[in-house]
Amino acid sequence: MTANTDLFQLPDATLNSRFLLGSAGYPDPHTLARAIAASGTQVLTVGLKRTLQAGDNGFVAGALQAAQAQGARLLPNTAGCRSAREAINLAQMARELYGTRWIKLEVIGDEHTLQPDPFELLSAAQTLVREGFEVFPYCTEDLVLCRRLLDAGCPLLMPWGAPIGSGQGLNNIAGLRSLRQRLPDTTLIIDAGIGAPSHAAQAMELGFDAVLLNSAVSQARDPVAMAGAFKSAIEAGRAAYRAGLMATQDFAVPSTPVSGHAFLLGSAP
Amino acid sequence: MNATHITIRLDEQDLSLPAGHTVADLLVQLQRPPESVGTALNGQFLRREARASTTLQAGDQVLLFQPIVGG
Repeated sequence: MTANTDLFQLPDATLNSRFLLGSAGYPDPHTLARAIAASGTQVLTVGLKRTLQAGDNGFVAGALQAAQAQGARLLPNTAGCRSAREAINLAQMARELYGTRWIKLEVIGDEHTLQPDPFELLSAAQTLVREGFEVFPYCTEDLVLCRRLLDAGCPLLMPWGAPIGSGQGLNNIAGLRSLRQRLPDTTLIIDAGIGAPSHAAQAMELGFDAVLLNSAVSQARDPVAMAGAFKSAIEAGRAAYRAGLMATQDFAVPSTPVSGHAFLLGSAP
Repeated sequence: MNATHITIRLDEQDLSLPAGHTVADLLVQLQRPPESVGTALNGQFLRREARASTTLQAGDQVLLFQPIVGG
C-alpha cells in the first residue's frame, strides 16, 4: 500500500479524507454510525440545541462513538443563529461541551434561502478569532466577503454550493471558479447544497479542497451506500483535478489520428 | 410572593426556586449532570466554572443547551 501524498490540512490536523460529513437527519443511530464508517470522514459536524429534555435517543452518543472509532474530529456548528451575538454565545458553549476550538460559523440572514448574513458573519468571526477559535465560516462565494473573513483570521472558507438542504448542486459555477482562481492558496470547502455525488466530484474538479454535506447522505434511501458513493466521487474529483482536465473546445476535435476520409470514397477513378 | 422563593424563567417557563439558589443548584434540582449541558443566563453564555458562584435573581432567564446531531 502506498502512502497518501495528497494530504488535506486543517488547523491542528492533517487528514487523508476530503469528505466532511454532517450527522443530522439519519433514520436511526445505527445507520448514522455505519454511514460515518462508509464515508471514511475525518471531520463530523455536530450541533447544539436549546432544550429542557435530556437525551436524543442515542444519536449523539452513536455519532461520537463512530467518530472516535475512525479518528474523526468534531466540528460543532452554530446552526439556528440569526445574529453575531447569538453565534458567539453558542460557539462558546460548543467549545465547552465538545472540547474543541473549531467552530462552523453559521449566521443565517434569510429564512427562505438560509443564506448567510455577511455582516453578522464577519462580526462574529472577528470576535471568535480574538477569543481563540478556529473559525470555519459558512459563507457565499462573494469574493470581497471572503477576503474580509480571511483578514479577520479565518483559516479557511466554506462557500455554499446552493441553499442548505436543497440538493441543487453548484448554483454559481462561474462565481465559484472565480473564487478558486482569486484565492489560490486558501483552503476552500464547498458546504451546503450538494445533492448528488456528481456535484461533489464537480466541486473537487474545480479545485476545491474538500466538500461538506449532510442531507444528500442522510436523506438517501440507503444512507450507508450513498456515503460510500460520495467518498468515491470526492476521491475521483480530486484525482481528476490533480491529473489536469483537458481544455474545453468550441468545436469537435477528432481523437483518432486518421488521415482525411478513411477510404477516399468519391475520389476513386 | 413568598420572600423565601423567587421566580425565574427557565426556557420560557416560570419556575419557583428557593432564594439563594445558584445555577449549579438549579442543575442539581433538574437532575442534569453539569458536564452534559451548556448554560446561558439572560442571553449570555455562562461558563461551567461560574455556575456555582452565580446566584439566581428574580426574573433571571436561564437556558440550557445540549449536544445534538448537526450538519
